[in-house]
Amino acid sequence: MQWGSLQNFLAMGGYGFYVWGSYVVCAVVIAAEIWALRHRRRAALAEVKRAVTAGRSA
Amino acid sequence: MSSVTTSPGFSLFRYAAPNVFYPVAGKMVPFFAVLAAVLTVIGLYIGFFMAPTDAQQGESYRIIYIHVPSAWMAMFLYVTMAFWAGVGLVFNTRLSSMMAQAIAPTGALMAFISLWTGALWGRPTWGTYWAWDARLTSTLILLFLYLGFIALQAAIDEQRRADKAGAVLALVGVVNVPIIYFSVKWWNTLHQGASVKPGSSAMAETMLTGMLVMVFAFWMYAIAAVLVRLRAIILERERRAQWVLDARDQGKL
Repeated sequence: MQWGSLQNFLAMGGYGFYVWGSYVVCAVVIAAEIWALRHRRRAALAEVKRAVTAGRSA
Repeated sequence: MSSVTTSPGFSLFRYAAPNVFYPVAGKMVPFFAVLAAVLTVIGLYIGFFMAPTDAQQGESYRIIYIHVPSAWMAMFLYVTMAFWAGVGLVFNTRLSSMMAQAIAPTGALMAFISLWTGALWGRPTWGTYWAWDARLTSTLILLFLYLGFIALQAAIDEQRRADKAGAVLALVGVVNVPIIYFSVKWWNTLHQGASVKPGSSAMAETMLTGMLVMVFAFWMYAIAAVLVRLRAIILERERRAQWVLDARDQGKL
């Protein structure tokens, strides 16, 4: 492998801050979207449940 | 609603009915999600372990593997969003407007990633995180168009009106996409010209391969995310429809 060591890999030839600053934020933002999507689906299912119980008790 | 689903014979419009598309989308999500994950692993492996160091930029160029895919997807998703919003506006098809609404947040996210990674790439390359350059400014406008679309839809209570207003905004904003794309040609910008044009590339082959794999990875991710959001939106809007209640009783939501 071209990096030799983990340290070299993390250093990115002196550009570690810029490279990893890009990748980490990208990963965090995508993880946040996945979390938000899961939350939205659960909320939508809860809304359906509420509509069902409201409709049947009426 | 039921007239669409019970009409006999073949029709592409059958899939335009939310109750038909809902389970289809559900089946497609895992396929695109797995593809996105696998392609990301392959693309990053090529990008970080096979592609060489850039002669001019050193290792900082490796930001390209997320910068270009997110920038391309931000533009592509915008056009797709405007297209579906326009179809919903003209033909009054419910699913089209829902599709536009489902695309907007993922598009905004892609625009944000391209701006963020661009700033972190710009600093070591040009000496600045930000410049009011044509490419950068038009991409920032793209982000604001997405956010404006989301805010406008959220601000209007009546769904039909919200969809129509959003569609008008989305369609007017389409003019910004060619401006972004050609900005590096039309103006003397800080941002470099296109490295990849149809039929030619100014990049080393492994770099280009890694980047293109990442483009597909982002694409597959965007499809998966949009479909999941679309399913949630269908439930939000149709929660009182009989098919939703029936599907729920059968445990098929």
